Amino acid sequence: MTFPEDLQYTPDHEWTRVQGNRVTVGITDFAQDQLGDVVYVELPDVGDVVKKGEAFGVVESTKAVSDLFAPVSGKVVEVNGPLADAPETVNEDPYEEGWMIVVETTSPQELAELMDAATYRKFVEEEQE
Amino acid sequence: MRYHPHTPGDVREMLDVCGVKSIDELFRSIPEKLRLARPLDVPPATDEVSLLSEFQRLAARNRTEHPPFVGAGAYAHHVPPAVDQLLLRGEFFTAYTPYQPEIAQGTLQALFEWQTFVTLLTGLEISNASMYDGATATAEAVLLATRATSRGKVVVSAALHPEYRKVLATYLASTGDEIVTMPYGPDGRTDLAALEAAVDDRTAAVVIGYPNFFGVVDALPEAAAIAHRGGALAISSTAEAVALGLLKAPGELGVDVAVGTMQSFGNGVNFGGPAPGFLAIREGLIRQMPGRVAGATVDRTGRRGFVLTLSTREQHIRRDKATSNICTNSGLAALAATIHLSLLGKNGLAHLARLNFARGKQLRDAMKRAGFGLRFTGPTFNEAAFEVGDAGAVVERLASRGIAAGVPLSRWYPEDPKMKGALLSVATEVHTPELIELFAQTVKG
Amino acid sequence: MANPTGWKPSMERGAEGGEAQELGAMGATRGLVMEEALVFEQGSPGRVGVSLPPVPAGTDPAAEIPAEMLRPEIPGMPEMAELEVVRHFTRLSQWNWGIDTGFYPLGSCTMKYNPKSSEALARLPGFAGAHPLLPTSMSQGALELIFKLELALSEIAGFPATVMSPAAGAQGELSGLMMIRAYHVSRGTPRRKVLIPDTAHGTNPASAALNGYATVQLESGPDGRLHPETVAEAMDEDVAAIMITNPNTLGIFESHIAEIAAIVHAKGGLVYGDGANFNAVLGIARPGDMGFDVMQYNLHKTFATPHGGGGPGSGPVGVAEALVPFMPLPLVVKEGENFRLVTDPRERPRTIGKLREFWGNMGMFVRAWALIRELGPEGLRRVAELAVLNANYVRARLQGQFNLPYATDTLHEVVFDDQLQKDGGVTTMDVAKRLIDHGSHPPTVYFPLVVHGAIMIEPTETESKETLDQFVGAMLAIAEEAKANPEALKSAPRKPIRARLDETRAARKPVLRWTPGMKVD
Repeated sequence: MTFPEDLQYTPDHEWTRVQGNRVTVGITDFAQDQLGDVVYVELPDVGDVVKKGEAFGVVESTKAVSDLFAPVSGKVVEVNGPLADAPETVNEDPYEEGWMIVVETTSPQELAELMDAATYRKFVEEEQE
Repeated sequence: MRYHPHTPGDVREMLDVCGVKSIDELFRSIPEKLRLARPLDVPPATDEVSLLSEFQRLAARNRTEHPPFVGAGAYAHHVPPAVDQLLLRGEFFTAYTPYQPEIAQGTLQALFEWQTFVTLLTGLEISNASMYDGATATAEAVLLATRATSRGKVVVSAALHPEYRKVLATYLASTGDEIVTMPYGPDGRTDLAALEAAVDDRTAAVVIGYPNFFGVVDALPEAAAIAHRGGALAISSTAEAVALGLLKAPGELGVDVAVGTMQSFGNGVNFGGPAPGFLAIREGLIRQMPGRVAGATVDRTGRRGFVLTLSTREQHIRRDKATSNICTNSGLAALAATIHLSLLGKNGLAHLARLNFARGKQLRDAMKRAGFGLRFTGPTFNEAAFEVGDAGAVVERLASRGIAAGVPLSRWYPEDPKMKGALLSVATEVHTPELIELFAQTVKG
Repeated sequence: MANPTGWKPSMERGAEGGEAQELGAMGATRGLVMEEALVFEQGSPGRVGVSLPPVPAGTDPAAEIPAEMLRPEIPGMPEMAELEVVRHFTRLSQWNWGIDTGFYPLGSCTMKYNPKSSEALARLPGFAGAHPLLPTSMSQGALELIFKLELALSEIAGFPATVMSPAAGAQGELSGLMMIRAYHVSRGTPRRKVLIPDTAHGTNPASAALNGYATVQLESGPDGRLHPETVAEAMDEDVAAIMITNPNTLGIFESHIAEIAAIVHAKGGLVYGDGANFNAVLGIARPGDMGFDVMQYNLHKTFATPHGGGGPGSGPVGVAEALVPFMPLPLVVKEGENFRLVTDPRERPRTIGKLREFWGNMGMFVRAWALIRELGPEGLRRVAELAVLNANYVRARLQGQFNLPYATDTLHEVVFDDQLQKDGGVTTMDVAKRLIDHGSHPPTVYFPLVVHGAIMIEPTETESKETLDQFVGAMLAIAEEAKANPEALKSAPRKPIRARLDETRAARKPVLRWTPGMKVD
């Protein structure tokens, strides 16, 4: 189970990579392991507006569905199109090729509420008990 | 009682193992005041011999000695005995929903074959594993269109089966969606000018019967084009599926969702149910499709097999975000249709469809000779509306002779004065030319 | 993000190897079963499997129907002789497990024996050949049967009337919620929420959502029951209804039902009953007496109409007096000595409308009525008594070897989990697949969602003690195998025609119909 140091995390098991006011979002290694084989990812369109804490999409395995929650508010400026034909990328490479959306945030202060790698790792360990 | 194998000895031993003295103790979690303190007030038990004569008496009070000349959404066709004898095999008949695919490959492969037959008949890419019936399939197709387009208005033809339209209205009652109904013309087809005017950027779908309720081959390609120009989906609804063996496939005429019932294949009329509804879609609509679907895959050793798939659309997983709440569908009825369609095949289906058209024509010719013209001028398949004067009286008179003559259309279209004398009747391959001639003469009186 | 049931897709894949010990005399054994391709992959041009009258001369459709509306024969349709088709479906049937094959302990499905009598009676030409639009004078037999069945179903559940038309349990639920909605709208207080316990079937929230309601999930207590305080906390005047299955999907009787119903009624809400588990209380207690306002039956469960691999079902709905005006049409009424279908909304102006074409699944009505007639009052009660005895017998014999998440009394079904097997890496899925090799259909697994790795067992009353002992023997053998030889479970099932199937592949690369040259690998 990996927890890259350069990322920040949400309690819903999404990760964020921040570059200026552009925030890349995906689901964590723990999340993809819990979910199992991903068969489908439903993502918003470029230009859609997302709000922190609200669902922006859905990730599915054969018998389970999970909402994806926006870690930050803003506008979707990029969507990982290839995931539609290769959803397994989320399992194989959740932090790199498995990225889902890029949000141009209008509320960078929201990022301060996210967990760092160590805190998230602890959070996951406690959830497991 | 033959279905309850327990002997007194069995019961004693089992109670012992349970650690109770009586079966009654096992119900201790039900508060006394909630228990029924008396036997159920239903007729006393009977035996199989008496049961048979009781039910035969009941069945005999339905007059079925002559094949019905009434269609209107349920069609009496010849079902080869091979269908029932295969259907009744206990492994098909008493199986459950194929949740354990390793021991349900029979059901699953047959479902895959049903789905393929539906795509072949409709000319569309994907079919589900069946719906309750044609009416609910139509309603679910409309709901699919509203989800797919995010629009809330549906335009339906008045020539679409009235039962289907009533069910659609019931299903849409809580959604706030609007239903607008298009009139039909003297040819019995949907009024295209009215349709053009009604379809706008709020329209999710246009729904046309194919054939329509009057047995007429409606203007499906034109209606589909109008729908698409407005950004709406085109939906065709078929109650007499044998027609799809002769008429161009809806998918080749621009239809996005083709629904209806396959009752005509493998299933008797059964006083209206059960029957296998069908729903077929263009590939792009798959995420919105309701109902179960079977897919091909491989097992651990690489052999091809089938499983229920894309389950995340359904109620047991999505729960309140499901595409529909449908669970049990019409598996056996769909299997009966699948077996019948396999027996018919390419050649048999073409033959059956042409034969039905011929019987429809023979009925029209016989009625013409007896002095009865057509209500509508448009081309028909095996069913048509005839001008017979007092249609209600005709039906009553023939009923007293054990003949179901048809449906007086004024019953379904009371607001149209031109329907006063119209009788909707059908002839299929079960009606011999002699019977058709006798029918027409009997209507004449 | 965590999957509450504990199920994971990797479980579907199973594993290679593991020497499985030979099973006892009653397990599944070798047999000659044939591989069989799709009908579309067989046959030969020109073959046909039916015998029809000739098409008469002078009846060319092209003379009347425009050419662009006609099609030639359909490419891809099979061309097979009758014997080829007969062998095809015979072989397919041999791959299937049915109630007629063996034990089918699916919790919440009530897989009881489907009486052969019922088949013969449903096929009487007077029923099977009766067109739904026969003039009333020609269909008195059918109408009388529906009328009598309705009376019996109303009496059995304790309601003044029953809607007969819904095509299945889920459609019954849908109509029940539509009636509830219409009731509240008629009183000028539409309300927006429905309360649903965490043990509910998925159709419950789906049906609620389809009626525009927001669902509020209620947590069951540590005893597996819904508690009045939980309901009281959630109940307000914006709640249209609560939906309860009784007994619930844990097989536990919701003994607080009267108090819960009172709490909901006090604030103007209604109580919906999911009757899927009615087998436990048939003749013993009636939902109408417990405070329910509406309840759907599943005739294909309680009244033994065949499941046929996924339907058809039939879901009549019992309703309390307050909901009678909203009943969907048609109804069957008796006037003097004659029966009539009420189809005109002008006779029932507040009806919610119509749910399906025609009148109902008549084929299922005949079968259900046949069973009710043969059983009579004592037989109906005996159904529940023996169903509950059977389930408690299995519970008593399996507990200790399998973990019971709830100590509470259970009625006609019981839920275990895989807690005692997990240390060996064996899951509920493995237990289920290995049961197949032992000659039993698996129980329901991974449902209800409140139990991680749930194994829900419902024997039904038509199973003998010998069958139950065989099943228990198999489960105990599997519990042993889980400790001694877990690999054997991972590679199960080994006996059926197919091993575990790749469901991930089926969902990632959907192949939903045959196409020429189709290859799946």
